[in-house]
Amino acid sequence: MNTLQKFEKSQREKLSAGKEIPAFGPGDTVKVNVKIKEGERVRVQAYEGVCIARAKQGVNESFTVRKISFGEGVERVFPLLSPMIESIQLVRRGSVRRAKLYYLRDLRGKKARITERTSGHGVDNTESQAVAE
Amino acid sequence: MRTGLILKKAGMTRFYTEDGRNVPVSVLKLDSCQVTGVMTTEKNGYDAVQLGVGTAKVKNVSKANRGVFAKAKVEPKAKLAEFRIDPKNTLEVGTELSADHFVVGQFVDVTGITKGRGFTGGMKRWNFKGLRATHGVSVSHRSHGSTGQRQDPGKVFKNKKMAGHYGTEQVTTQNLLVVHTDPAEGLVLVEGAVPGHQDCWLLVSDAVKKVLPKEAPLPAGVKASAQKAAPAKEEAPVAETAAPEATEAPAEAPADEAKE
Repeated sequence: MNTLQKFEKSQREKLSAGKEIPAFGPGDTVKVNVKIKEGERVRVQAYEGVCIARAKQGVNESFTVRKISFGEGVERVFPLLSPMIESIQLVRRGSVRRAKLYYLRDLRGKKARITERTSGHGVDNTESQAVAE
Repeated sequence: MRTGLILKKAGMTRFYTEDGRNVPVSVLKLDSCQVTGVMTTEKNGYDAVQLGVGTAKVKNVSKANRGVFAKAKVEPKAKLAEFRIDPKNTLEVGTELSADHFVVGQFVDVTGITKGRGFTGGMKRWNFKGLRATHGVSVSHRSHGSTGQRQDPGKVFKNKKMAGHYGTEQVTTQNLLVVHTDPAEGLVLVEGAVPGHQDCWLLVSDAVKKVLPKEAPLPAGVKASAQKAAPAKEEAPVAETAAPEATEAPAEAPADEAKE
C-alpha cells in the first residue's frame, strides 16, 4: 500500500467512525439528513429521493439522489463520508437492472416508478428472516 | 528566514476540515529528512543548510556524495538540496527534521519539476486561442497563426511563442495553504495542486509573500524521537539553546511517548 492509499484508508476510518451507513445502491429510496449552517446555528434538513448512482471509491465515494420537487426534477450529489451528512436512512429498496439510472431523467410520472425489491442480494434476506421470526 | 523541507509528492485526494469543508489536497511525504551540511558566510560566503531525504543504495551514490554523507555521519540520501537561511536559524549536521516544521494555516511555496508534455502546440503551451471553427479555416484549427510581419523585418523575432517542447521545467507554485500535518506519518497536506508527477521530490519552504505565523517552530521542526547514535549529542543543545520555547514542547512530547 503506498502513502496515498494508506492516508485515504485512515481518513475513511476516521470519517466513518461512529456512523452507520446502510448498504444502499441505485434504485433504493434514501433519506439523507444534511447539516445546514445558518450563521452560528446548525440544523438538519432531510432530503429524500431515489439514489440513481453510486460513484468513486474510498474517501471520494459519492452518490446521487434524484427527487421531484414541485414538479421539477432535482438531483443532488453527496459525498458519502462528508461530515455535513448527519445520517442516511434506507427507506425502500428498488428493483433495477442498471448501475446508473440516468434514464429516469427522461421519464415522468408513472413511467418513472421503480418496483420494490423484496428478494435478492444484500440485506434483503436478513430482513425477510427478521419478518419471519 | 528558516529552512524548508524536501518532500515527496504522494498524490492528490480530498480532506474534510473540522468544520466540514471539503478541501482538495496534495499529500506530501517527509522521508527521513536530515541535515547533511551547513554553509556559513565565513566558510562558504553564504548561509544555508543542505538537507538530504530518502534512502539510496551506496553503489548508486557518487564518490563525492559518499564523502558528504560520511562526513555528516548520515545514511546515504536519495536527494540533496540547499535552503538559504538566516544565520540565527542554523541547524546542526545530522538533525532530523519533522513534518510539524510547517504549522496548519501557514502558506508555503512549492518548487518542483513539472510533468513532461513533449512537443506541444501553441494552444496548450501558450494558451493561444487557435483559429476559427468556420469561415474558411481549413485543417489548421489549432495552429498558432501568423508569426511576424513582411519583407521588413523579414525574420521571426527571437522568443516568439510557438509550438515546441513543454514541461520538465522548474516551476514554483506560491502561497499554498497547509491544511493538515501528521508528524507521526511524516505527512504535510497542502491545498491545491503542486508541480510534478507522483513520487517526485519537491522543495517546500515558507511562503515569501506571506507572514510566517508566530507558532512556527524556530529554527526548525526537529524530530526528537528518532535520534541516532552520532547526532544525539549534537541534537540536544539545538533543541534547548536555540529555541527553548518553540521546539521543546512539540519536539519532546513524541520522545516521552516513545519512551513510555
